[in-house]
Amino acid sequence: METITKMIVINSSKLLPSDVAIKLYESKAEVMVKETCFGVMVSGERDIVDSLLLEIRKLDPYGIFIKERGFAPGEPYRCRATRRGGAKPGFHNLENDDKLLPHIASALKALDRGEIPIQKKQTKKLNIDKFKEIIKESEVL
Amino acid sequence: MKVFIYPTNSLILSDLVERFGHEPLAIMQEIGKKVRTQGLDSPPMNMTPEDPKFGLKYAAVEVPSGVRGRMSLFDPLLSKAEAAIIVIEPVISFGCMGCARTNELVNFLLRGKKIPLLKLDYPTNEEDAKMFVYKISEFLKSLKPAEDKK
Repeated sequence: METITKMIVINSSKLLPSDVAIKLYESKAEVMVKETCFGVMVSGERDIVDSLLLEIRKLDPYGIFIKERGFAPGEPYRCRATRRGGAKPGFHNLENDDKLLPHIASALKALDRGEIPIQKKQTKKLNIDKFKEIIKESEVL
Repeated sequence: MKVFIYPTNSLILSDLVERFGHEPLAIMQEIGKKVRTQGLDSPPMNMTPEDPKFGLKYAAVEVPSGVRGRMSLFDPLLSKAEAAIIVIEPVISFGCMGCARTNELVNFLLRGKKIPLLKLDYPTNEEDAKMFVYKISEFLKSLKPAEDKK
């Protein structure tokens, strides 16, 4: 069986990482749970983790985002504890994605309401002939 | 359906693909396979001198080993890809995605694969995000649903 690690990133006003961690413990599934500043990491066999996270997502479908992680929690080559502190590699990417999560959450809500967003008019590139005209007009004789 | 995502370490894309019932092909799966094998020869990623040789499938020997090493990681994902979602010019690329030449090559290979492809701009505000999620949902709905994992 393949052992995987998944990250649960929480961007919710009604859910804390500790709430998710408690729910995971309550399930009594054979997984390793680590609470972090951004959410929770869950490590275990793929089938167990996938089915468990399907249930966890229901706690706040718009506030929970999940992705797989290559390294297990506490991996000595990645963990800050053994690398003299500092951000772990991957944190900056997560930080970047995290800024967008409130927008993605509201977009998912809009999608569930059946809203169809209006396509913004894209600004066309300047025509080459028009550009040539502008150059001619601005030439100082 | 197996959907390749670019940037392949994106939380948002990986989550959306899974949310809409498909299997995201993300680099984390490949890194996980590498670091979970018994005995780390070359920590932290366990990229050994053998890996750039696998990358020769895609790039010539004079191409930097960084590109070839990355291509050896991308190879299983590219070969499995049945559809792809590409975000054009993501804000920043880190880690395995931090090589512009590899990214260009990956995009080129995806375009050549003749698979359903969705190209999007990176959202910066709520309106853009709504369009971003809507387009992804419509694209994923148009694909066949993922087979149940055994």
